Amino acid sequence: MGKTFAEKLLALKAGKNDVRPGEIVTVRPDHLLSHDNTAAIVEKIAGDLAEFGVANPDLHVVVLDHVAPASTEKDAENHKAIRQYVARYGVKHFFDVGTGVCHQIMVEKGLARPGMLVVGSDSHTCMYGAVGAFATGIDRTEASALILTGETWLRVPESIRIELRGVLSPGVTAKDLILTVIGQMGSDGANYQCVEFHGDIANLTIDDRLTMANMGIEMGAKAAVFEVDARTIGYLKAAGVPRDSYQPIWADADASYSQSRTYELAKLSPVVAKPHKVDNVVPVEEVAGTPIDQFVLGTCTNGRASDFELAASILRGKRIAAGTRLLLLPASREILTQTMASGAMATLLEAGGMLLPPGCGPCLGAHLGVLAGGERCLSTSNRNFKGRMGCAKAEIFLASPATVAASAIHGSICDPRKEIAR
Amino acid sequence: MSKVWKYGDDVNTDMLFPGKYTYSCSKAEQILPHLLEDLDPQFASEVRPGDVVMAGKNFGCGSSREQPALGLRAAGIEAVVAKSFARIFFRAAINQGLLLVECPEAVDAFRAGDTVGLDPAAGTITVGGKGFSFPSLPEEILAIRRAGGLLPYARAKLRSRR
Ligand code: SF4
Repeated sequence: MGKTFAEKLLALKAGKNDVRPGEIVTVRPDHLLSHDNTAAIVEKIAGDLAEFGVANPDLHVVVLDHVAPASTEKDAENHKAIRQYVARYGVKHFFDVGTGVCHQIMVEKGLARPGMLVVGSDSHTCMYGAVGAFATGIDRTEASALILTGETWLRVPESIRIELRGVLSPGVTAKDLILTVIGQMGSDGANYQCVEFHGDIANLTIDDRLTMANMGIEMGAKAAVFEVDARTIGYLKAAGVPRDSYQPIWADADASYSQSRTYELAKLSPVVAKPHKVDNVVPVEEVAGTPIDQFVLGTCTNGRASDFELAASILRGKRIAAGTRLLLLPASREILTQTMASGAMATLLEAGGMLLPPGCGPCLGAHLGVLAGGERCLSTSNRNFKGRMGCAKAEIFLASPATVAASAIHGSICDPRKEIAR
Repeated sequence: MSKVWKYGDDVNTDMLFPGKYTYSCSKAEQILPHLLEDLDPQFASEVRPGDVVMAGKNFGCGSSREQPALGLRAAGIEAVVAKSFARIFFRAAINQGLLLVECPEAVDAFRAGDTVGLDPAAGTITVGGKGFSFPSLPEEILAIRRAGGLLPYARAKLRSRR
């Protein structure tokens, strides 16, 4: 019988011929990611670090992004402690405030590659499945132990096969596709499991795949992965990752799955996740006209150049509705530079947008655009939990960059196909 | 005689340890009085070392806070036997040294008053005299539990390599 992606990759990393779902294996990850939580992770092992040092200076990738630049004195102290740790232990991969959101940096800098095993002390680590890595979130205790020993344990997951057929219609994006899948699977529908996307993936760009893999955790998945194809290879090459530096892995045709689903992309339409659960997904028509105070375009889910270009194509020559605000949050400095060169960023600023520094910004409610009680936000991010962007009495709706841009013109939720047709 | 505490499906982290205490209680002695407070008010005062918790599917779903796992371990729970576990809780439990057994058949077989016997290394569980098996845990996981959690385990390993 054939093997799934997860079975093959974890067997390889565990140095075994065969592993089966449910089995626990000891592995040495290729990289460990942490962000502003690095200080808390390192604090648990302060004495041990002095005694044993770090297992491998190449393992740990540290990106300051969650509150970047520091917003309070406490954040500043936190960043300072992290910079000291990085300097003292020779952490090779350090990206200071302003570089971008940790997950974008992992892919953009070629630190997550096909066939790699990457763990991160952040739940959206699963994003790197877009480029064929097995990537998953871990807790802080585990990150601490990894720094010391370089190894950890993983449970081999069962896998779910999702077959994608055809092409998305204009105005319908990968965000609508993944929200539709999550709405049907439910927030724990893929608990423990590795979600494999099969079929006509050649019709999805790497940016599309990053958006989808990023949200795997919103259905409980341990990892969410795409096969490495010509697009992946081209994308990585442009990022400075040569083809001979990685070994892609993919499932066998006769692998066995806990469930299989098929989606006809042409049949999908724009959707919105209503407060306060990501799987609370409805067709955009159902919430059309809902007044919005703040629009967020960006984050690790939808903060890439193609997202800003799509939004700019809708907002070109238009203005956002009076009394609303549009926050622009590129996922990295590199993306910001690209969108400035292409003119997309200027278009969005002329339409009334406000540019924030590359990083997490308002996504986790710590700074730069927190919501007041009773306010509503329409965001391209990945979570709409109560209180996530500030006041627990605020409401967050999730949608695609096209829906956010079109809705900003009206000041209320609107079907992007109407604006594109004009 | 150890006691079996039996609960249903989807016992979430708030039922195991209310979110309102998340930032005020992080040590075992602070966690214990509130353990399972909203699920079973008797639990905190009556639980004894060696007791077993048994539950349905998706045990430990919800937040990633580590207090539920830390608290159950500190209370001396021998194991949590459930039909399935939420992923983050599963990892947190092992990292805190708490034994988890995933065995839907054993949970279905349990009747009030049954005794439960466990052999984690062999991967067997007996419920009221009937035997069931679960994927036996690798030595590494059992060793993490014996060491009292992942960090003590890692330290011991590093010392032994010297
Ligand atoms: S942008 Fe939001 S979801 Fe992404 S890493 Fe930052 S806080 Fe998390």
